[in-house]
Parts: sequence; C-alpha cells; structure tokens
Amino acid sequence: MPEITEKLRKITNDPTLSPAQKAHYLAVEAENMLPYPELDADVQEALDDRIICDMFEGHAPYKPRYVLPDYSIVLKNGSDYLELPVPQNLDEAINTLMIAYHHVPSVTGMPVYLGDLDNLLLPFCDGVSDDALRQKIRLFWRYLDRTLPDAFMHANIGPSDNRVARAILEIDAELGQVAPNLTFLYDPDTSTEDILRLATDNILKCSKPHIANHPVHKATFDDRGYGIVSCYNALPVAGGSSTLTRINLKAVAELSDSESHFLNEVLPRYMDMNFRLTETRISYLFDQSGFFDSFLVSEKWIDRDRFTAMYGIYAMAEAVNILQDKAALEGRYGFDDKANDLGLRISKMLSEAVEARPLKNAWQGRAMLHSQAGLSDDIEATPGIRIPYGTEPDPVSHVQALAPQHQYYPSGVSEILTIDETVKNNPEALYQLCKGALASGFREFTANVSSNDLVRVTGYMIRLSDVQKFNDQKGSRTNTTGLGAEAADLMGILDRKPRVVGHELSPGYT
Amino acid sequence: MNSPLATLNKILTCSFVDGPGNRLVLFFQGCNLACSACHNPYTIGICDHCGDCVPACDPGALTLQSNKVIFNPALCDQCDACLTICPISASPMTTQFSVDDILALIRIHKPFLGGITVSGGEATMQADFVKDLFTAIKSAPDLSDLTCFIDSNGMLDIAGWQNLLPVTDGVMLDIKAFAMDLQKELTGHDTSAAQNIARVLLKAGKLYEIRYLLIPGKTDNTAELDQLVAFIQSLGLDTKVRLNAFQHHGVRGLALDQDIMPKEGVDAVVELLADAGIHNVTTPAIYQ
Ligand code: SF4
Ligand code: SF4
Repeated sequence: MPEITEKLRKITNDPTLSPAQKAHYLAVEAENMLPYPELDADVQEALDDRIICDMFEGHAPYKPRYVLPDYSIVLKNGSDYLELPVPQNLDEAINTLMIAYHHVPSVTGMPVYLGDLDNLLLPFCDGVSDDALRQKIRLFWRYLDRTLPDAFMHANIGPSDNRVARAILEIDAELGQVAPNLTFLYDPDTSTEDILRLATDNILKCSKPHIANHPVHKATFDDRGYGIVSCYNALPVAGGSSTLTRINLKAVAELSDSESHFLNEVLPRYMDMNFRLTETRISYLFDQSGFFDSFLVSEKWIDRDRFTAMYGIYAMAEAVNILQDKAALEGRYGFDDKANDLGLRISKMLSEAVEARPLKNAWQGRAMLHSQAGLSDDIEATPGIRIPYGTEPDPVSHVQALAPQHQYYPSGVSEILTIDETVKNNPEALYQLCKGALASGFREFTANVSSNDLVRVTGYMIRLSDVQKFNDQKGSRTNTTGLGAEAADLMGILDRKPRVVGHELSPGYT
Repeated sequence: MNSPLATLNKILTCSFVDGPGNRLVLFFQGCNLACSACHNPYTIGICDHCGDCVPACDPGALTLQSNKVIFNPALCDQCDACLTICPISASPMTTQFSVDDILALIRIHKPFLGGITVSGGEATMQADFVKDLFTAIKSAPDLSDLTCFIDSNGMLDIAGWQNLLPVTDGVMLDIKAFAMDLQKELTGHDTSAAQNIARVLLKAGKLYEIRYLLIPGKTDNTAELDQLVAFIQSLGLDTKVRLNAFQHHGVRGLALDQDIMPKEGVDAVVELLADAGIHNVTTPAIYQ
C-alpha cells in the first residue's frame, strides 16, 4: 500500500492543517481503506462513472449524514449518559447545549444542527436583561466559531419575532463570523415585517441569514417539525438524513437520444441504481454500524424512524440544454419558456418516481428529492436546478424562472441569488425581493451581495480574505475555507462577477 | 382608456438604484437636454426615420417600409451599430406601449416591487402618458400600494409639475451645474429652472432626492461645490443627496477624453457636505 502510505504521510506532515484537521482526514482515509458495502455490478459501474454519486460519504457509513437532535429533550431532562442535570437558568442552558453539540455526529464529524435556538432559549430568559442576553449570545457565538469551525453548522431562529432571535441577528452581524450558519424561518402570519427587515438588513452586512419559507416547509413535515441545516436541507427534527446520494442529470442526458428516451428509459434506469446505492448505504448504517444503539436514541434526542434519505439531483441546466440540442431547439434553461417547461417535466417525473418507491428505514418510508449543490470537484455541472454560473438573469427573472420547480424538492433546493452591490444603498429592495421570492414559492431565499467579505459557496460561508490567506499557504482555522479555496480555484469564483459556486463539500484530502 | 402611447427605449423589471425598494423602470425615449456626459446618449433624440441606420444593420433587423424604419427585435444581435451611426442620438429600437401594456407587465412583477419609476431620456416630455399611467396605478386596487416616482432633469415647467404631482409620490431631480456657462457647456441649455422646481417639489412634499453628477474639473470645483452646499442648505439639511461619479461607461465622443471621477474625489465631497451639516448623502456603490 505504498500509495496510501504516502497520502497518509502527506496529511500528517501538511503544514496548512491543524492537528484536528489532520486527524479528520486520516480518519476519512482509514474508513476508505475498508471495502465498500457490496454493490451489484451495474450500480458499481454507474458509481465509478459518477453518473450516480455517494458524495464520497465514506466506505462504511457508521453515522448518518445529518443528525438533527431535538435539543428540547436535553434541556428538559438533562442527560444521564452525559451526567448533565436539568438546566435551571440561561447560563446552564447554553452550557448544556455547548456540551451536547460535541456528541452529535454528521458526515463532517461536526454537528450540522444547533437547534431552533430562540425557542430553546426563550424559556430561560425571564429576568435576563437585553444587555446580558446579548453578551451571553456573543460568547456563545464566539465559542461556536472557534471550537466547531465548520460553516455547515446551522442554527435556526423564528418564525416568531422574539428577543432571542433579535439578539442573535444583532450579534451575528456584529461578529461577521463564518460559523455558525443561520436560517430565519419566515411565516407571514407569525413573523413581523420588522424582524424580516432585520434579517434582510443582516444579509447586506454578512450574507446571513437565509430565509426559509416556513409555511411551505411546515406543510411538508409533521408535528415534530423540521430544521434547516447545511446546504438548504430541510429535514425532520429528532432525526435527519441517513445519506445523500445524487444523480448527474447531465451525464444521463448525454446517454439519451431524446426527451422521451431520457424520461422513459435512461433516467428511470439510473434512478433505480441510485435507489439501490441508497439502500445499500442505509442498510449498513442501520444493520451493521450500531449507530442507533447510542444514548442519543435511548434518551430520545433522536428517533431511528425519523431519518430520511436525501435523493439528490444536479446539473439540471446542462441536462435540459443537451436535450434541447438533441431536439434542435435553441432555447436555454433559465431563459426560455420551453426549456424551463422541460426542466419542470423532468422534476415532476423525478418527484413522482421518488414518491412511488418504498424505502426501508426511511422516515415515512420514502426518500426525499433534493436539488443538490455540488462538490468542489464538479466541473461544468451546475448545482441542482440552478441556472449556470455567471449567466443568471436579474434576480427577479431568476426567481420567476425557477419558482415553479421548488414544489418538487421537499428536502430543499440549493439556490443562491446574486445581488449586485447597488442594493447596499437600498435595503428595502432586498426586503422586497425576499418577500417576492417566498410569495412565488421559493422554499428558501438566499442572497449573496457581491462585495461582502463573507460569501456563500453553496450552503456554507467563506471569508474571501481567508481564501486569500489559505492560498498563500498559511492554512485556515475554519474547515470550509479549504473547500472554498478549492472551489474558488476550480471555478474561478473570485474573478467572476458577484459569484457563488455550488459545491457542498470536498470530503477527502486532495 | 384612450391614452397616448409611450415611446420607450427600455424597461427594467428589477432596479435598486431608481428610488426606494426594488423598482420597475421605464426609460422614455427623447430628452430636452443634450448632456455631453450622458451615460445613455442614444435615449436623447427622437427618431425622424431618416433611414441612415438601416444599411448599418448587418443582421437585417432594421428595414425601411413606407418611409418608416421598422425594428424587428428577433433579428437584432445588439451590436449597437445603429446607435453609433444615428446623427441625432436617437434609436430605431424603441417600442410603443399603452398604459394597459405597462399595467400588465407590472402585475407580473408585482410581488417583488416597491414601485415604478419613469426615467429616460426625459419622462416628463411624455407627461400625458405618465399622468395616465400613474392615475391608473393609483386607482387599481391590486396596484395602489406601489409608489410612483419620476427621475427628471427639472426642465418641465411649473404648470406641468402641478399636473403630475397629485399622482406622483416622489421625484429624483438632477441638478447639473450652477455657473451659467458651465450649464451651457454641459447640457447645451440654461438649466437653472431646475433649482426652482426643487423648491416646488419640496413644498409639495415630493422631493425624494437631489442628484448631482461629479465631473472632475467641471462640477467639482470650489465655486460649484460652494453653491451646491448653499442650495442644499436652503432646501434643508435632511435633503437626500445622491452624488454620482462621472465614468466612461456608456458615454460618447469628447466626453471620453474627460477624466473619470475617482472614489477619493467623491469621498472628499461627502466630507465637505458633512461639514456643512448635509448628512443624507449616498455615493456610488461601484466605481469602474
Ligand atoms: S434612429 Fe437615427 S439614424 Fe435611424 S432612422 Fe432614426 S433618426 Fe435616422
Ligand atoms: S443594435 Fe440591433 S438593430 Fe441596431 S444595428 Fe445592431 S442588430 Fe441592427
């Protein structure tokens, strides 16, 4: 195994990585020295060709990709396993959460979900002054960014307008940190216009939070609720997602002769293979890894029945354009009504096929369709259902072209609107865009204002100045900067016009 | 409604720089000034169908039919050759719209809009259309929450403004220069009436913003800036002032020999205004 030894040595000696980052990459390499769970020959071939993809989650799924604990349980009951008493005040509640996070795994090894923080903390805020609250949040935020430096890590607030949500927005803008990422759940019936304005004003300062369409998500999930994590993923709370697999629609379109060949033969074949891949991975997690013997289950932070499987697709734009070419049609995805309609037919077919397929060990017995953001080594494949980089129309046309798609993607759509800097003189415009996008059916409103130092590279944030430093070989404290730097180099995001590329993560060492 | 038609050069359905919030903007064709530093000079003239641009159009988007130049947008590849050749700074690529056409367009974009703005060119040269359009918006229950703004050079007379103001929510007013010879040099006209119009608008509560284009060596000299300060002070220290910086984008001819206005220069003017108590000042978000 000289090759792997060499790679391990390279990781060990890499001057740009911290010891913790080295340990993470070494663990990934070790897992991948195990044989992959057994796949049939067709699936193996499609996976090797990356027509279907397992997001390089690893050869031995011993933890779900995303875990969204119901943190209200530990705040209410304390934890026997962790020897935590029931918290009695705000300090103890925050301390309990800070400890809890370290026991929640995910694909990156760090927690992706920090909870619906305002609802969790509000009951502890009686008698706490606004100043004291802000100071406690400030320290909490500093702690999160410095000890769990992964921008996939996501806090939720809203839909109500309350003092904790306001303090979080204020401190988040004040600190301008990469972590944690933040989503405000907006419900026109519950949220005030005032807090939505605070949220959209924050986007101008630090490109956070993103705004989730609460009524739409609420209708998708059950009474225990949902959380938004990582890259625009909406998932069941007290559960999460076991895995995320995805289909490269561009590659499938290349193998098809026509739209009907694509929809009726080639895509169904690869969808079936992607299902088989998903089943294999879930079965390892549930039947072999022992993950669900954890105290997380016995103490009811999570429930083994509440893990879905995210069924991702990407490169819709390229797929539609290829099929348009094959039909000798000129219209391009995102710009032409006929091309957009073809995109809708594809999404509808995908959605019906996912709905029709029973899946063992999945929440409600089904996978959930997802418009997937990408990996940092995707080349010439546009994330999810997005319009290709650098060619997007103005933000309103952009929303209007894609809004009808959103109904088909219950576990989320990775979408970023690039807004030019002139909006900084006119915050009301961003507020109106946000309301318009949500009213049009967008599941999430996520905007990047071009001159911000903090920008999104898919669901996570990077600091442009960190990328610069990373490329100067100094290394970065935050894990996502490496991914951003890779994406920035490959896709040229930094010399593009206000630009964000979609790459969810680059899971291994390169 | 038996309204006049508007001759429009362009419609933007999403703009952050033409008044408060996100706005749909109508760019009217035709202007009563001829500013050398105009950033969209092809909106100045009104086409007289001389036909000069027809042979310049390679893709054949322009044809002469019974002495009229007809534009076929489907064939146009946006090369702008026609704009360059036109002797009177007009454009053959304009389109006529009725009030109902515009209302239909606004309805499509309504969920995203704070309002609409008429710009140009000089929109008030087609004041009848503007009035009809604004009146229709104000009286349509599904549109009446949109605000109606005018971007103007202030050359419309007072009676014309009195006619428009009841259906107008705000005006962005250009002040070109103060010294008479400089006004003439920059615009070809005496534009001092605009200062008076500013007072009329202020009194009516409709002055949204004063716009002033900084051109190095012209509108940024001490005498001009002193007058700008005095003028704004006379309107009130809270007056919203937008400083624009002359750039080469879009301009033509001799104006290309003119230096562009750097950010440092704009910042110095902001400081000067601040020292005079004028604090509500916006500056360009982007420089070339
Ligand atoms: S656009 Fe200019 S050149 Fe063309 S026909 Fe009209 S006036 Fe003549
Ligand atoms: S801009 Fe269009 S109409 Fe004008 S010359 Fe070019 S192709 Fe012809």
